Amino acid sequence: MKVGLFIPCYIDQFYPNVGIATLQLLEKYGAEVVYPLNQTCCGQPMANTGFENIGEKSIDLVVKNFHGMDFIVGPSGSCVLHLKEQLKHRSSELQNKVFELCEFLTDVVKIKAIHAEFPYKVGLHASCHGLRGLGLATPSELNIPRIDKPRSLLEKVKRIQLVELSRKDECCGFGGTFAVNEEAVSVRMGNDRIEDHLKNGVEVITATDMSCLMHLEGLIVRQKKNLKVMHIAEILNGNGIQKTDIPKKEYRK
Amino acid sequence: MISHAKNAKGFLRDQEKTTWHDATLWNARTNRDRGSQKVAEWEQLRELASQIKNNVLSQLDDYLLQFEKNAVKNGAEVYWAKDADDHNRIIGEILKKHRVNSLVKSKSILTEECHLNQYLEKQGYEVVDTDLGERIVQFAKQPPSHIVTPAIHLKKEEIGKLFHEHIGTDEGASDPQYLTEAARKHLREKFLGSEAALTGVNFAIAETGGFVVCTNEGNADMGVNIAPIQIASMGIEKIIPKAEHLGVFLRLLARSATGQSITNYTSHFHQPKPNGKLFIVMVDNGRSDLLGKADFKNSLKCIRCGACMNTCPVYKRSGGYSYGYTIPGPIGSVLAPARDLEKYANLPFASSLCGACTNVCPVKIDLHDQLYKWRQEAAKKGYISTSKKWSMQMAGWVFSHPKLYRFLGSSARLMLRISPRFMIYNSLNAWGKSRELPKAPKESFRDWYLKNKN
Amino acid sequence: MNSKEIILNKIRSNKAGKSPLPDIPDFRNASTDLIQAFENSLKVNHAVLYKVRNSGEINDFISKNYSTDKLICSLVAGIMGNFDIDQVNEPGDLKNIELAVLQGEVGVSENAAIWLSEKSMKLRALPFIIQHLILIVNESDIVENMHLAYQKIEIDADGYGVFIAGPSKTADIEQNLVIGAHGARSLTVFVIK
Repeated sequence: MKVGLFIPCYIDQFYPNVGIATLQLLEKYGAEVVYPLNQTCCGQPMANTGFENIGEKSIDLVVKNFHGMDFIVGPSGSCVLHLKEQLKHRSSELQNKVFELCEFLTDVVKIKAIHAEFPYKVGLHASCHGLRGLGLATPSELNIPRIDKPRSLLEKVKRIQLVELSRKDECCGFGGTFAVNEEAVSVRMGNDRIEDHLKNGVEVITATDMSCLMHLEGLIVRQKKNLKVMHIAEILNGNGIQKTDIPKKEYRK
Repeated sequence: MISHAKNAKGFLRDQEKTTWHDATLWNARTNRDRGSQKVAEWEQLRELASQIKNNVLSQLDDYLLQFEKNAVKNGAEVYWAKDADDHNRIIGEILKKHRVNSLVKSKSILTEECHLNQYLEKQGYEVVDTDLGERIVQFAKQPPSHIVTPAIHLKKEEIGKLFHEHIGTDEGASDPQYLTEAARKHLREKFLGSEAALTGVNFAIAETGGFVVCTNEGNADMGVNIAPIQIASMGIEKIIPKAEHLGVFLRLLARSATGQSITNYTSHFHQPKPNGKLFIVMVDNGRSDLLGKADFKNSLKCIRCGACMNTCPVYKRSGGYSYGYTIPGPIGSVLAPARDLEKYANLPFASSLCGACTNVCPVKIDLHDQLYKWRQEAAKKGYISTSKKWSMQMAGWVFSHPKLYRFLGSSARLMLRISPRFMIYNSLNAWGKSRELPKAPKESFRDWYLKNKN
Repeated sequence: MNSKEIILNKIRSNKAGKSPLPDIPDFRNASTDLIQAFENSLKVNHAVLYKVRNSGEINDFISKNYSTDKLICSLVAGIMGNFDIDQVNEPGDLKNIELAVLQGEVGVSENAAIWLSEKSMKLRALPFIIQHLILIVNESDIVENMHLAYQKIEIDADGYGVFIAGPSKTADIEQNLVIGAHGARSLTVFVIK
């Protein structure tokens, strides 16, 4: 199957390792991965700031770039959700081909085993747009049967220890331009998420969205907290942690 | 323009109080979860409630006329108020006609919206809010900060101080049991001496011409069942078609609000009491206008349960006053712009669009979708700052030119790698105030791809 | 144009779409133990339930728990009281009653709600102005949920009716639950077979 790789702008520029891990992961499971070279952004920042029409040009590019693919897969619930919503009016054919990475692996590839090891205590942050927008997992506030696609993948990773959080799926406070426009609230929300992970013994925070992790990491590094963030693609791909990055067992009391 | 961001920043200066406020609201949310999980058909009930309310909005005029006809048959006097001034004037005239000097009230957010208390007090009437939370904020001369628990932002010591000042409780006393007992005695006097009492309306039933009022304290009934004059303030959107629909809404309302299976008292009023009078004031105040907005009319389905604000991570950490509107939180942020977009254009941005509010709403209002849509409206009307607009236009232009995007991306990363810290982290960098920027790699993903895969 | 016309005109020009009313199922679950569920719901609401066979047991309870100098108003045949409500002119004249004993017409097991219509209380203030409340419910009048309750009652048969689900309460002071806000400080329910 021909999979067009959609790489969000900030992953392309600041977290290329996430893109690399995504590509390698897809190839491991038999996909012929094609990366259209003229990608930029999905347009969400502009749309969420009220300028949906400005964001539309980005969608035009996406439609052009990904013509002829069997699937379009991206390592970001937020961007994929935005694409799907915008493509609804533009091309339902294309809309049905767009997948976030985890849902692609569980629903299309239907992987049975993951050949990766990650012997650390991991907190899974349930990024909101993937969670509620794409249905990657069941939100804690809905009384419907419980599913969790990202978690079901992580559970297949050897020696991983998934940690229960006190607030299972509260927002981290990134929210795009919200992070800057409502800086005080955004920072407080992020700090509260970090506290939750720390007090429950998490060593590595992972998520389907690098944007959430970028925001949490920004706080973690500034405050010199003993936590690492890694995109789920990197864990599933068996990237492990660099020796120098292994978090200390001692936490701030 | 109300700046939620600025107000929230002020609220967050007291980090400890924020922690306490947040934990209290989170508790309300977990109680709601527990209560809703006890009802196997919970999601089905939400869908039914949503469909009933959709039907109401599609035939609102018919239902209002049916309600009026039946209410009048029951012996009530029904008034139509086109706006807040009309509502206030009608109630003032009722009090004047019956030579009443004071009014006891149970909780009615509609009367907050209309600023009824201020109107009556200016005319010399004594207005006593009898819901304990409302009485507390009345003493504090503050508006409610939450539509169900109006005094949720106040600690018991602060309440103790207010009660000492206003009703003579012991100085320094803050035990909730003691304070509640004092309030009981104080308000009992007011109930027994009242000549007129006012309630809100949780649900008005078109089929029977009656209405339902839900309380835990019993203050609505203590008011209207004692005072000869009974007044009900009702938003026109509170109508439901049939008595059987109460089964759906009452199973959803209290569980969504506090997690309890039903409020302690669910009172059904149809006729005036013997030797008494019953007045119903049906209020529009912008609701019929909102009905005409296809993208936003769903917010008229609201049954004022407060579940959305209990779950909202932003409301929890910024408090009701940050919104500057009678109703805060997600529902307030979609109702306020409908009333005055210029004043409240900032509220739809007081959200990370996490979507939890939409999921807890018992009548399935598409809250987070409406927040997004109000942002588009605000931009169209020019209520977004020029600097933001300009930066978005620049971003849009860059993102539609891949070569330019790549050039700017690698230049930015180079600058970040070589610039001294003070050039990056200063007052111009809002992100950098509390967060480190991500490390700037030498290669973008595309660079790596070209080198390794192409 | 008066307000009514203004409002109706606006609604007529703004309303849109057709949205049919759904059918409401009654969600009954045959396996529910109604009395047990009713008792559990009352307990959660800080009310107490006693199962009795006759009114004698209720009279025993009252004489054991309420001294003879307290005013007791019973509107249930066979249950003793010392306050004659027919002598009352104003609702305020009920203010010194310690205990009211009233007949509940329907009990709802999912939430402890007990329906009383105006005829069961004579004066609307009675269930609220007293200090303590006893409600008597026949076992055969207990239903599972609100849908079934609304099938059983006619809400406009009387000018007023109320579901009471426990003693009055508030949590408005720092979310601390306090029983006995403005209404009854306690609710005792007797279920008669």
